[in-house]
Amino acid sequence: MDNLISARNVSVERDGKSVLKDVSVSIGYRDFITIIGPNGAGKSMLLKCLMGFYTPDRGSVTQSADLKIGYVPQRLVADHSIPITVERFLKLRKLSTSESRDRVIAETEIGLLLRQPLSVLSGGELQRVLLARALLDNPTLLVLDEPAQNLDVTGQLAFYKLIERIYRERNVSILMVSHDLHLVMSATRNVLCLSGEVCCYGEPSSVAQDPAFITLFGEDMAKMMASYHHHDHEQHHHNHGHEHPTVMKDLNHV
Amino acid sequence: MFDDFIIRALLAGGGIALVAGPLGCFVVWRRMAYFGDSLAHSALLGISLGLLTGLSSNLSTVITCSAFAILLLWLQHVRVLATDTLLGILAHAALSIGMVVLSFLDNLRFDLHAYLFGDILTVQTVDLYWIFGGGLIVLVLLIKSWESLTLMTLHEDLARAEGVKTFWVNLILVLLMTIVVAVSIRIVGILLITSLLIIPAATARHLVRSPEMMAVCALLLGLFAVFGGIMGSAYLDTPTGPSIVSVATILFATIVPIAGLITHLQRRRRGIFT
Repeated sequence: MDNLISARNVSVERDGKSVLKDVSVSIGYRDFITIIGPNGAGKSMLLKCLMGFYTPDRGSVTQSADLKIGYVPQRLVADHSIPITVERFLKLRKLSTSESRDRVIAETEIGLLLRQPLSVLSGGELQRVLLARALLDNPTLLVLDEPAQNLDVTGQLAFYKLIERIYRERNVSILMVSHDLHLVMSATRNVLCLSGEVCCYGEPSSVAQDPAFITLFGEDMAKMMASYHHHDHEQHHHNHGHEHPTVMKDLNHV
Repeated sequence: MFDDFIIRALLAGGGIALVAGPLGCFVVWRRMAYFGDSLAHSALLGISLGLLTGLSSNLSTVITCSAFAILLLWLQHVRVLATDTLLGILAHAALSIGMVVLSFLDNLRFDLHAYLFGDILTVQTVDLYWIFGGGLIVLVLLIKSWESLTLMTLHEDLARAEGVKTFWVNLILVLLMTIVVAVSIRIVGILLITSLLIIPAATARHLVRSPEMMAVCALLLGLFAVFGGIMGSAYLDTPTGPSIVSVATILFATIVPIAGLITHLQRRRRGIFT
């Protein structure tokens, strides 16, 4: 099988309400997929299903044998009542070699934080520590759930740059939920636009011109995305170029 | 030099402090204080059911508290009501039903006060077996699941993503609390059990920098409080359970301000202001 994870027609209902409907997606080797969508679109639920700790009501999720997930949550609320240093946190339940630990610490630049308690770290520092933990046992897939949600703009930029570098330098696939599409554009290879069901899927430049995307995110976001050109990607799944003027005209009437 | 009952009480109290300290850390970290209190309330129902059926009161307490805890976890899972409302209903229902059941046993001599506040005079050798047997089970399970529990406490989904079976680990934690509550009743009583879990752990928090050290420190503080309380109550003729909790509180009230002051001075010296 060529995919790390394949989900076929995944549907989830909660309290009689449909959260995910017929979602199919596959994550291959060296993929970089960004999931976007409005609040309540089922993004986190989709991640849970893909990671295998929520069983969908219908549909199937298949994971390949060499799937090893490194998970970076949205945020860690390091409660002051738990005294724990960064170093101890990295070692919790992890049997990593000192080599892999040194590499990760250098990559995420957390060397100076190791002896600090978790509860005093800033948002950006905490996210780097979480990323370090996720990378410790050389995952084949890095799953990030809105990892820069609670950072300021500079922090967001720095964090996404770091993700981009890790993607370049490591043999890893990345699956990320993010609202900051304009910041991850240059790194991500595919965008999955989710609103309970899959609205559109493809390269960032083509997704930006999809009417479904524009309906969900508005004209401004679409313009910002469309002005961005992907030089380094030759292959195009869809060619929406000719549709572009129509879409813009439609929007002017709204 | 000591009477037998004091030695039994010291052994019993020491055994409880050994497990209450480390377990208490999780009660503090995971904000389970009210849960522990409710569990203790349900213990009275367990005791009265034990008297009604002729089972050993330790056994019937463990069974009743476990059933109570599992019922509560299930109700939390199906989300019928907010957790504190659920706890309020279940705890007082169990306490009341326990009292009603007791009233049917009026030919029995029953010292309610001893169950509410503990009584060292009631500690028998068989209770020591319960405390050390139960304590050993609790310690082994707690050490085995220590890292998983700590990770879960920091971030439940992160733990799940890394393969921790969070449902089962949660259940283990709740059942461990059940055992500790059930065997502690003889020493500190239903109303004071939670304080034995919380006060040493809360005091230890201010002295340490790692979760493991906090557990060890809470254990030592708990031992000190139990021994101090029991000896104090023997010499001053004060009730044992409340004496133990008083010693723990004195430790807390002395150590926390001093530790706070030291941290403050250290920060000033390093030029860090918070």
